[in-house]
Amino acid sequence: MTDAAYNFAYLDEQTKRMIRRAILKGVAIPGYQVPFASREMPMPYGWGTGGVQVTAACLTPADTLKVIDQGADDTTNAVSIRRFFQRTAGVAATERTAEASVIQTRHRIPETPLTEGQILVYQVPIPEPLRFLEPRETETRRMHALEDYGLMHVKLYEDIARNGAISTAYAYPVKVEGRYVMDPSPVPKFDNPKLESPAIQLFGAGREQRIYAIPPYTRVVSLDFEDHPFEASKADHACDLCGAEESYLDEVITDDAGGRIFVCSDTDFCAGRRAGGHRGALAAEDVA
Amino acid sequence: MIRVSDVSKSFVLHNQGGAVIPVMAGARLRVAAGECVALTGESGAGKSTLMRMIYGNYLAASGAIEVGGLDVARATPREILALRREVLGYVSQFLRVVPRVPTLEVVAEPLLAAGGARAAALERAEELLARLNIPRALWELSPTTFSGGEQQRVNIARGFAHAYPALLLDEPTASLDAANRDVVLELIREAKARGAAILGIFHDAEARAAVCDREVDVIAFTPGVAA
Amino acid sequence: MRPILDVQGLTKRYGARLGCGDVSFDLWPGEVMGIVGESGSGKSTLLSCLAGHLAPDAGRVIFDTRAEGPRDVLTMSEPERRMLGRTDWAFVHQNPRDGLRLGISAGGNVGERLMAVGARHYGRIRAEATDWLGRVEIAADRIDDRPRAFSGGMQQRLQIARNLVTGPRLVFMDEPTGGLDVSVQARLLDLLRGLVREMGLSAVIVTHDLAVVRLLADRLMVMQGGRVVETGLTDQVLDDPQDAYTQLLVSSVLQV
Repeated sequence: MTDAAYNFAYLDEQTKRMIRRAILKGVAIPGYQVPFASREMPMPYGWGTGGVQVTAACLTPADTLKVIDQGADDTTNAVSIRRFFQRTAGVAATERTAEASVIQTRHRIPETPLTEGQILVYQVPIPEPLRFLEPRETETRRMHALEDYGLMHVKLYEDIARNGAISTAYAYPVKVEGRYVMDPSPVPKFDNPKLESPAIQLFGAGREQRIYAIPPYTRVVSLDFEDHPFEASKADHACDLCGAEESYLDEVITDDAGGRIFVCSDTDFCAGRRAGGHRGALAAEDVA
Repeated sequence: MIRVSDVSKSFVLHNQGGAVIPVMAGARLRVAAGECVALTGESGAGKSTLMRMIYGNYLAASGAIEVGGLDVARATPREILALRREVLGYVSQFLRVVPRVPTLEVVAEPLLAAGGARAAALERAEELLARLNIPRALWELSPTTFSGGEQQRVNIARGFAHAYPALLLDEPTASLDAANRDVVLELIREAKARGAAILGIFHDAEARAAVCDREVDVIAFTPGVAA
Repeated sequence: MRPILDVQGLTKRYGARLGCGDVSFDLWPGEVMGIVGESGSGKSTLLSCLAGHLAPDAGRVIFDTRAEGPRDVLTMSEPERRMLGRTDWAFVHQNPRDGLRLGISAGGNVGERLMAVGARHYGRIRAEATDWLGRVEIAADRIDDRPRAFSGGMQQRLQIARNLVTGPRLVFMDEPTGGLDVSVQARLLDLLRGLVREMGLSAVIVTHDLAVVRLLADRLMVMQGGRVVETGLTDQVLDDPQDAYTQLLVSSVLQV
């Protein structure tokens, strides 16, 4: 079978239409979860079937695609999704955030500020922020409809009661444009401030069949208490490779003796800084 | 203060073939402010029934029962509740309280219900309990565990806590020793002196003679006995 | 003064069967109304209709709202009704598991209503929750325990705290002492009576336990087969019942 046997970007045009309608509705009602008829994709659930369908519906032949997984362009998930669209859509691919017109991501928002005209597509495992507090879908829908969000704060209350501070570190709930409470997908809460962006942000949950969106310049507020305000925390370190102090870091264990280094989770950002001459504490060993 | 006019009462026992038992007809009496009237008549003649009707506990079949200007026989439950709160007190033979509530609170409750200040209500309760010889050690306990005599005295203290303009007393001196009986009689005299209209049942002839101004024999109201 | 609740001709049918038929009554501020009857008499259906959990087929439920005075609850929008449900109204379920979140700490359970109406200060929410646990006689050091670890009586008291924390004016109670030991029941009754008095609550209590209504209710409504067969002062209905069914009910109670 040749690549030409597929329609552009794998999905047939009617399906893309259906998805685009859901996306448009999502953009029109920021933070609202729009149901859509999620298709079977040639990859398992949990590997980004929702994000892939949204990306497929957004792509045009002129687009440049970037795919990241936990901030990295070179992990299995990122590489296979990038290859998938190179084969089925023939679009250009890049690892540079600034050069991409469509970015599909899992678990991170790029460090390089996004600009108008860019689209950020999130892969979402569980779109319902109230799910673990209220198991009934009928009830969570009603709670959204009636803005009955006391329960969301109960979760944060429980965090503080147990741990002395809000311990939710990722998938930190936000209120979008003063209306819907939304799960920003499992991005670290460090990324929450970046949800207010000039770019369009689209969220796709394949297994759960939901699409939602944050249009450019939408107000996104992380939920908190007056005496326990939201904090976009990260490891208290600088990147050992590029020396960056404001980027989100991965902790990497380097040996069996407890050795570890901290490096930028955003590989493109880190590489860009190093190319620009920035050096971290361990950069001498980094001959690349 | 209390005026009963031409009151009748019968019980209909639906579960015994709808048997109708007339228990009272043509009952009439008046109790003026500052007066104590005793109901007399043999057991089962209807003394308690009449008292209960005046208190709104039993429904009257016909006639009028005026207490402080309100016709209890026609009043709404809310009006009767207000009457009981402010105007009409009732000392029954049995103490009925929520378990666990301390004796002091039980006695102070009618004052609080009538809108009295808490400190003053407790002070009055303490005074009454002391006069009625309830040991101070018991005040913080619930009266549900007390002896019959003690319960009766708590009940009396509760009944006399608030200065009701009208009072119904059902055997207030029964099962009391001489000393406590005298205290109760004194309380009744005090109530009369401040102008309360009192209607009571006293089996104790001595007590009756000591405080009552008049007697009304309810046998006159028993259907089929008197015209 | 006017009634806090004015119910007119409330009717609910389940197909051909009557849930409750043409029920009318009013409830005044500070008043406690008891509804008694055997299982299937329609008392729970009536309570559900009053509290907005069930949509009746006919009738009106007029509640004296704080802001706008008397309004028919049944024609209110769902958000308005829900807002009432977490501010001016409270509902105490027979089974505390229906009224509590078992996976959430006692403090979180009490705090939820506060947060639902906009409280956003952790310290103050916690202080309020601690205060309420004290008022329902739950030790302050249990605040972070989950209700799963509580006894039945404690769970019921926690449910009451959770409901009363926002200072409601009207409380619906469905067999609040059902399923509890007699001694635990007594404690709960005492607590409820104290709170009703202290907070000036109006309440509608559904129960089959005549001892409960004698101690708690000012007025009584007796139901049978979906109809109200007798109403009146609680002690008058219990001591001088007029209706055949009420007489049977009262005479069926074991005297202690």
